[in-house]
Amino acid sequence: MRVFGRLSQEQIVFGLAVLLTIGFALTLPGFLTANNLLNLVRSVSILGILGVAMGLVVIGRGIDLSLVALMAISVAWALQLAAGGYPLWLALALGLGFSLAVGMINGWLIAYVEIPAIFATLAMGAAIYGFGRYFMFSLDVLYMSDNARPLEALGQGSLFGVPAPIYLFAAVCLVTYLFLRYTAQGRYLRAVGDNLQTARITGAPVRPIIVLQYMISSLIGFVAGLVTAASVASMNTRVANSTMVYDVILVVVLGGIGLSGGRGGVRNVVVGTLLIGVLLNGMTIMDIQYTVQNVIKGVILLAAIVIDTLLNPRDEQTAQQGDI
Amino acid sequence: MSVSETYLRWRYRLVPDHVVGEILAKRWIDNAVPLLILFAVIAAFGSAIPDFFSAASVGDLARQWGEFSLLVLALMVVMVAGGIDLSVGSTFALGNIVALALITVAGWPMWAVAVATVAAGAAVGLVNGLLVGYLRLRAFLTTLVTLIIVRAVVDMLLLAYSVSIAGTFIESDPWYFLGEGYVLGVPFSVVVSVVLALLIHLVFSRSRAGWHVLAVGGSRRSAYNVGIPVRRVICATYVVSGAMAALSGLLFASRLGGAGADTGVGMEIAALTAAVLGGNSLGGGRGSAAKAVIGSITVLIMVNSLVRLGVSSGANSLLLGLVLLGAVAIDVRWLKNRHKLLSKVYVSPTYARLPPAPPTEGASPYAVNDRLRDVELIGLGEIDGPEDVILDADDNIYAGNRTGDIVRFLAPDYRRHEVFAHVGGRPLGMAFAKDGSLLVCIGGMGLYRVTKQREVERLTDETNRSWLSVIDDSRLRLADDLDIAPDGRVFFSEATVRYEMHEWPVDCLESRGNGRIICYDPNAGTTRTVLGDLVFPNGICMAGDGQSFFFAETWACRISRYFFDGPKKGRVEVVIPDLPGYPDNINRASDGTYWLALVGLRTPSLDLALRMPGFRKRMARRIAPDEWLFANINTGCIVRFDETGRIIETLWDRGGENHPMITSMREHKGYLYIGGISNNRIGRLKLEGFDASWTGPASYWGRP
Repeated sequence: MRVFGRLSQEQIVFGLAVLLTIGFALTLPGFLTANNLLNLVRSVSILGILGVAMGLVVIGRGIDLSLVALMAISVAWALQLAAGGYPLWLALALGLGFSLAVGMINGWLIAYVEIPAIFATLAMGAAIYGFGRYFMFSLDVLYMSDNARPLEALGQGSLFGVPAPIYLFAAVCLVTYLFLRYTAQGRYLRAVGDNLQTARITGAPVRPIIVLQYMISSLIGFVAGLVTAASVASMNTRVANSTMVYDVILVVVLGGIGLSGGRGGVRNVVVGTLLIGVLLNGMTIMDIQYTVQNVIKGVILLAAIVIDTLLNPRDEQTAQQGDI
Repeated sequence: MSVSETYLRWRYRLVPDHVVGEILAKRWIDNAVPLLILFAVIAAFGSAIPDFFSAASVGDLARQWGEFSLLVLALMVVMVAGGIDLSVGSTFALGNIVALALITVAGWPMWAVAVATVAAGAAVGLVNGLLVGYLRLRAFLTTLVTLIIVRAVVDMLLLAYSVSIAGTFIESDPWYFLGEGYVLGVPFSVVVSVVLALLIHLVFSRSRAGWHVLAVGGSRRSAYNVGIPVRRVICATYVVSGAMAALSGLLFASRLGGAGADTGVGMEIAALTAAVLGGNSLGGGRGSAAKAVIGSITVLIMVNSLVRLGVSSGANSLLLGLVLLGAVAIDVRWLKNRHKLLSKVYVSPTYARLPPAPPTEGASPYAVNDRLRDVELIGLGEIDGPEDVILDADDNIYAGNRTGDIVRFLAPDYRRHEVFAHVGGRPLGMAFAKDGSLLVCIGGMGLYRVTKQREVERLTDETNRSWLSVIDDSRLRLADDLDIAPDGRVFFSEATVRYEMHEWPVDCLESRGNGRIICYDPNAGTTRTVLGDLVFPNGICMAGDGQSFFFAETWACRISRYFFDGPKKGRVEVVIPDLPGYPDNINRASDGTYWLALVGLRTPSLDLALRMPGFRKRMARRIAPDEWLFANINTGCIVRFDETGRIIETLWDRGGENHPMITSMREHKGYLYIGGISNNRIGRLKLEGFDASWTGPASYWGRP
């Protein structure tokens, strides 16, 4: 532990990512080409954007398990509206409005009704998916209609040879970094995550901040959804039931944002995303079976949580009863 | 009495307001809301689906319930210990595929398949348990990850074996019995699940292991501090959970005999919804097999009925999500507000009209004087709250102490004292039995005996349960004073069944007949309630005839006499109906009369408030307890009366310096010894003109 004690988890993970990159570069032909590297970053940029959203919530000592479901349903609805003849901007605005409204309900349930975040968002994820499937559309997969074509630039366009999703990932990272670093709300959010009682006594508007963090997370989620839809020209709502949200948590925890809140920042998400990107890319090149990839991912996530617990042990004296 | 006051009297006599608070204080009240939801669900879908109650439909549902409830029980066991196990769904799928693979591909005998399947589930549980229990990872994320890993393993097994599983015919009768057999007309899976539910109920309610689990869930830190092996307990709950989930998968496998990629997907959310809907608390410490069973039936009926009604999977998911949200919201708010609600409605005043108080001046026998001014003080500052004092034949003084001891002050000068016995509770009334042992009422514990050899023995701590009482009144909460009949029967008062020792003054706000007098018969070893509905019965003293005793009802300000033998057997006669204060202990005087302590004096304001129950109710609800109008228990006096109820004399301390508060007094060899429940001293007053050789034990049991 002495060695780990001097290094932060972020540094360990970064080192691991570099080691893996070197290892793959030496052993796998075609890994260390500019094309593959751009592909690597591009393939994980959606994961990274979602990771930023999740990271923000986790820093505020919450968790948002409805992130992926909400992203899928709200973007799918926007696509459906656009296909139904709405102008693109209105369809997108309605989709975003739906996304923000659900984020607000999430925040309200957590901040005011005081339901544990894990359950509120878990139940909300199931409810949103059901709501979308029952009231909004009947198909699993919604394809982009012609009047939504301009969106494709977000997913398939490129500038100076760099794909658009990478720019978006970078933009989301930058804005979130500035938000956390320079705005009062961002600092309050960190304070709330670090110690809610203290933040409340100090006078921070704790409950509105919690609502805000879930609204921001649903906003970023919507952006990620747009990129997803633009990349493949469709939105598969079945992703809501997949394990993708766990991959997002993996990125966040792996990067070193402690689940007990208040610690970490955007940089941790980037580092976590890179490691996962390298790993997935390498495993794909090595042609490892999908289910085995899942096992490897799970074991790595488990290891990340174990290391997180060892580095940031839960304080039994201040841990809340029922904080599971 | 005005019409409105008569109405008020009958309204409070006929409407049992206090029952609301008592029901809310019950542990089973937690199950009331889930049970109502269950009935609502049955009613709704029973009317919406035509053949809902047909035998085939119920039988089919019951078989599925047997499998599903095992998952919910598994989750409940973990939740009670303060954790959560999301991997039950995957473990269920693992149990399914392992059982199928072993019976078809490997061709194992049935018993080996069952053991191996359960062991596989237990192994998954062990991994969870080691990580969450011993490494103290966060339960939610850890089991989420094991969910993913186990699911991936199941997928790999599926790839490898699904073809050969589908292609093999299973020739094993016990295998089919699991999935299709009946025991006494009940599907086998239901039998398994009911037996396990009963077992879990017994373990949690009756066994040390179960209590450990509940303790860890209730407060992990406290459980650790009292020496419970917290980590091992938590680990064990996950092992049990994994084993039960795999068992459920085994039953499922034998019923359907097929393995698919979607087996058990989303099962954890359904099970979680069921567990929470049944009332199992998310933070742990609150949960039971009954709650799990209620929740599992509700969710299964909902999910199944929606499918039968032809609703799409989207609506199903929407409904489950909303129900989970609603259930958790109710759970959280209920936990947070139940004690607030309880504290608001528990105090339930009733109408009480006291007779006019006699004056305490002029020619009244209660006229204030200063006869207690010359009291000598014994043990000043060395004793805390001697409610009762008593002297033995050797003149030693025994007195209760707030620290849970009976203290003995040694004759002749009472400068030295020692702990006579440590009883562990607050000693109240005391009396010497014929054999010289000391019988004592201990608040919160019951009736105890301290022998001459200083051994503390319990005589009784429970009486018969009355049928119509919501509160469990079999347990003695506040045994107050006692006396012993010539034949050895012990009569003792229990002041109130609604309040504990530390909040006894609150009972005054109610002024209802919450107390009773109980008889303990040492010859038969029985304890029976002999008189009920008494308003804070307190002091008890045997009359000289050996057939009756006097007892004081504190908040009713009266002294009555109860005949337990002789021609008047069973009758109660009021001896003094209108005292100016609140009577406490009664004891014999040397000339055949009786000493009575008044713990405090009545005030016109409280007397008036007792006739206004609505006012007291509002007071109890709206303002803090330390601002309530309480009975005055600070200044009292000593009264001597005879068998007819005539007041002979009254002893006051006008300055309130030596003995402001009096709860007990004993005459002994020409002296009066005085105790008070909030005093730090024992008083001793020389009596003029009393028999200087009279002692209490001799009066009761004759000269030694």
